[in-house]
Amino acid sequence: MGLDSRPVSMLDERASYEVADFEVPTGREEEWRFTPLRRLRGLHNGTAEATGKVLVEVEAPAEVTVETVGRDDARLGKAYVPADRVSAQAWASFTDATVVTVPKEAEVAAPTVIRLRGEDSSAAAYGHTTIILEPFARATVVLAHRGSATYADNVEFVVGDGAALSVISLQDWADDAVHVSHQHARLGRDATFHSHNVSLGGDLVRISPSVAYDGPGGDAELYGVYFADGGQHLEHRLLVDHSVPNCRSRVDYRGALQDADAHAVWIGDVIIRVEAEGTDTYELNRNLVLTDGTRVDSVPNLEILTGEVAGAGHASASGRLDDEHLFYLQARGIPFDEARRMVVRGFLGQLIERIEVPEVRAKVAEAIEAELER
Amino acid sequence: MATLEIRDLHVSVGDGADGTKEILRGVDLTVKAGETHAIMGPNGSGKSTLAYAIAGHPKYTVTSGSVTLDGEDVLEMSVDERARAGLFLAMQYPVEVPGVSVSNFLRSAVTAVRGEAPKLREFAKEMKGAMDALSIDPAFAQRSLNEGFSGGEKKRHEILQLELLKPKVAVLDETDSGLDVDALKVVSEGVNRFSATGDTGVLLITHYTRILRYVKPDFVHVFAGGRVVAQGGPELAEELENEGYEKYVKAGASA
Repeated sequence: MGLDSRPVSMLDERASYEVADFEVPTGREEEWRFTPLRRLRGLHNGTAEATGKVLVEVEAPAEVTVETVGRDDARLGKAYVPADRVSAQAWASFTDATVVTVPKEAEVAAPTVIRLRGEDSSAAAYGHTTIILEPFARATVVLAHRGSATYADNVEFVVGDGAALSVISLQDWADDAVHVSHQHARLGRDATFHSHNVSLGGDLVRISPSVAYDGPGGDAELYGVYFADGGQHLEHRLLVDHSVPNCRSRVDYRGALQDADAHAVWIGDVIIRVEAEGTDTYELNRNLVLTDGTRVDSVPNLEILTGEVAGAGHASASGRLDDEHLFYLQARGIPFDEARRMVVRGFLGQLIERIEVPEVRAKVAEAIEAELER
Repeated sequence: MATLEIRDLHVSVGDGADGTKEILRGVDLTVKAGETHAIMGPNGSGKSTLAYAIAGHPKYTVTSGSVTLDGEDVLEMSVDERARAGLFLAMQYPVEVPGVSVSNFLRSAVTAVRGEAPKLREFAKEMKGAMDALSIDPAFAQRSLNEGFSGGEKKRHEILQLELLKPKVAVLDETDSGLDVDALKVVSEGVNRFSATGDTGVLLITHYTRILRYVKPDFVHVFAGGRVVAQGGPELAEELENEGYEKYVKAGASA
């Protein structure tokens, strides 16, 4: 690959299973400059002792195979190679991993629920999860994160040819939790991947969802809803790498922020490589600022290396609640606080509606309500 | 009996520092139950400002004068308190509120104004009846508020709210603008149903006399330069139809 065909946004990209291949971040690097490193409790520099524990409990329909495996299992780390130091640290440090397999052509309606519960944030815990959908399988997986933890993990989604996976990852941590996670999806030919990240709780949450395509016809929709309260740092860093022709991607992340030092970061990188003709992509981030004292960093990046795209666009907008919306609702007798809740609920609700499983959708809506009541 | 009284109302727009501009310059008007008042006037005469000032839009500042509803000081009330007290503004340009469904919005508004949540089944029936009367497709109930509605659909939806909320006094801000004749008739019938009880008042703001063929005013006020410059009965509307606003614009400017 010549210099002109190498994406600029990947020039400093590294991929390695070795922690030592990554420098300790200083906060000046592009990929770390928004993250308050001091609050990572050493996940990034090797000082975090791996004596903590996050308990994993899986509830799965009969057709789905769930295994807890050791580090040497050959299926682990095949889809994803760590792309930063914390990810490599998680890969180097986990003791056992969860592997969920949906067999070929199985169409599983009921969700597979993986509950990850931390009980102590004073020591670090590391995890690894691999979800495999064999060709033409269809399934829904819920990752529910709760409790107190200092947790770094990697999650791999291997979506086989013609398979369809829908994932809802709920970051509903306790106030003192720190969570740094990579969620990487590899899509086979004509595979469909829907991801919903819902980040509500935790002191610092940094999720990096990424998508790679192995064959044409892949379709990824990545949605995210977050609600940052005072002092919370919620960061989502998306990377969609279009490297084969005729794939589609949609990204829509929306957040609300309230109270002093609530901080949301959204990075949306989309690369359309020379080979990826016929790509159709659009990414969007919107933030609703509910009070003074909050901060939003929103950076969409779209790098196109071929002239033959079906569609490519991005947008980012952050702003306050619209006075005209509030006036209209209030002019119909609806009190200010309720009007405000209705507008925020509507803004985030458009994404929540897209969650395919009704009981999960209801849970997420309930969690948003609880945030609005705070 | 409901009475809306506006006395010597002065209203400015702007932040008060440099860009402040006085738009209403002493408006006097009384709307009683059972009466329909038409306010007519050229563009920029302050008609819409009067509507928004009554509703309490934050962009407008009342600098002097009073507005009372049945003796209660309206200007002391927040926007939502005014609506609950019995004032309604049908907006000229209703805003789109993404993700808030029409049915959820209507139920919330009715709950707020009536002071208790209506029974779900009864409310669904009431809403459907009101929508049928205005030829609104029932599928609208599930759509986002005003989002993707045509101009006519938005106006019919405003009148739907009027009929469900049953205020004491309704201010209709150019509800007729942008409507074809069929939509105008449907909307007018809704306004007439609202005033048929005789215990509500209507303040109809319009640029054109066309709607007055379907909604008969008891009083016509001509607005120019931020005040009422002439008053009369329905015959005044006919005069305006034939002669236009020209002589009143001059009167407003010299006042």
